[in-house]
Amino acid sequence: MSIKIVNDIKPEDQEMRAVFAEVMDEMASKDERVIYFDADLMNSISMMGFSKKYPDRTFNCGIQEANMIGTAAGISAVGMIPFVHTFGCFATRRVLDQVFVSAAYAKLNIRIIGSDPGVTAAFNGGTHMPFEDMGLMRGIPEVTVMEPTDTVMLADLLRQTKDMYGVFYIRLSRKKADKVYENGSTFTIGKAITLREGKDVTIIATGIMVAEAMRAAEALQKAGISARVLNIFTLKPLDTEAVVKAAKETGAIVTAENHNIINGLGSAVAEALSENFPVPLERVGIKDLFGEVGSVGFLKKRFQLTAEDIANRAQKAISRK
Amino acid sequence: MKNNIRDLKIFATDIRITILKGLKGLGFGHVGGSMSMVELMAALYGECMNIDAKNPDWEDRDWYIQSKGHAGPAVYATLALKGYFPYEEIYTINQPETNLPSHCDRNKTPGIDMTTGSLGQGMSTAIGVALGNKLKSKNNYTFLLLGDGECNEGQVWEGALFAPQHKLDHLIAFIDSNKKQLDGYCKDICDLGDIRQKFEDFGWHAQEVDGHDIEEIINAIEKAKAVKEKPSMIVLDTEKGRGCTFTEGVLFNHHVKFTKEQADEAITALENYKEML
Repeated sequence: MSIKIVNDIKPEDQEMRAVFAEVMDEMASKDERVIYFDADLMNSISMMGFSKKYPDRTFNCGIQEANMIGTAAGISAVGMIPFVHTFGCFATRRVLDQVFVSAAYAKLNIRIIGSDPGVTAAFNGGTHMPFEDMGLMRGIPEVTVMEPTDTVMLADLLRQTKDMYGVFYIRLSRKKADKVYENGSTFTIGKAITLREGKDVTIIATGIMVAEAMRAAEALQKAGISARVLNIFTLKPLDTEAVVKAAKETGAIVTAENHNIINGLGSAVAEALSENFPVPLERVGIKDLFGEVGSVGFLKKRFQLTAEDIANRAQKAISRK
Repeated sequence: MKNNIRDLKIFATDIRITILKGLKGLGFGHVGGSMSMVELMAALYGECMNIDAKNPDWEDRDWYIQSKGHAGPAVYATLALKGYFPYEEIYTINQPETNLPSHCDRNKTPGIDMTTGSLGQGMSTAIGVALGNKLKSKNNYTFLLLGDGECNEGQVWEGALFAPQHKLDHLIAFIDSNKKQLDGYCKDICDLGDIRQKFEDFGWHAQEVDGHDIEEIINAIEKAKAVKEKPSMIVLDTEKGRGCTFTEGVLFNHHVKFTKEQADEAITALENYKEML
């Protein structure tokens, strides 16, 4: 892991999907075992160019997610390296049994990209808004669950997983992320990143909530509170060591996720704390609700996912020490 | 044909005997659906498949994927007789720490090419294997067995659309059409209608043969191999529980309990049948 953090967190120049397509192209050009499967959402993730360049290694399965997951698992059995994409809701809850039996239990080798996580599904609304996807994947043994923060991390994780073996779920916003990491940063799957040191409380964030967590830490500093910020981008396997260290050193934890607090990062951290070093924990995230339509900005407010919400909960966690 | 038909019938009978020997210790198991697919096992492993029992992971082998994973005992009996593992292992079916669990598991049993058991899923993994081998310009075949009850699953029909789209002519599938699923007759539960015609309508080369006639099965496989740019479906007209005295003609024979005496009686009947061949 070699990480440099930007001085000023701002939206990136490129959308996440553009970088996804670029890195897929780069990997496919170097390794003919790289295969791409989609369920009629290639246009949505900017993979039409890839499909034209690699027609023999692109399979648009049509709107049939179960067969897509099984076919990808099967093709890995003869040594191919499949990457599979559809929206996160379909990539998990619609195919849970296929991921479980045909891929994970069978010990085959697939990477599942679930796009539009949580509120980033925006105007597709409640049917398409996965608040449960990481939780579903987390419940399957041996599946690695990741949520890249920005394009730098996305590119690195894609390249790493190409050469790893197993079942990987990568939860991916298609749109512009806030840039947190300088180009050239590399990451260790399963290891938390300390974005900011602090001694009064630790905010543990993932995905689009990382930038909110950093803003919350700034606001807390102005109120005289020193907040540590960790980016846990690998929900499973969880970096329990980093969580316990934060609990011991700061005495209070806040989790921040664009996901149901049940079965997501909040649950995973709660499990790690209660078994090792219980301290006050506040969980920022979706409080067991269905999604609805709206802009990401509106939905963040609606579901209390803003920097202000995180800061308030941090103060509450500290008050419970 | 490389083998004479009498030898293949003996092989089929030995598979039935071995299934019963394997399940006898527990006194229960998926006997009905194991017995109905025995002639297919004899045709594939006795005659048609290009395989090497001493090298089950051989890259150029033909693959066999049993999507009706619960009939594991039939394929375990076949693999044991072919020497994929010591014959004695057949007595460990479903015993603690066995390599032969109820449902097929590619990580446990030498010769099992895919993990199956949740119905419908073998359709897709078989398609993936056939697709991958095609991409690698291999000439090997992927054989797939579906149950007829299994064709209730939507995933089967997703695959039925996908395979012709990608011209998977080295995918040869079978349906063990034994007319029954767990709760009774298929036609009373979720009627499949003319299943051969349905696959033809989906773009497959589709045949129907007597699933207890090894020679007919072999001939159908030869015809399927001659078909270009289409996957093949061979519907096997079979009887659930066939060739086992305590399951033949019994309505609920999907998962059955039986005594050691019943097993011995069935084995003796099969030994006698073998003598007459």
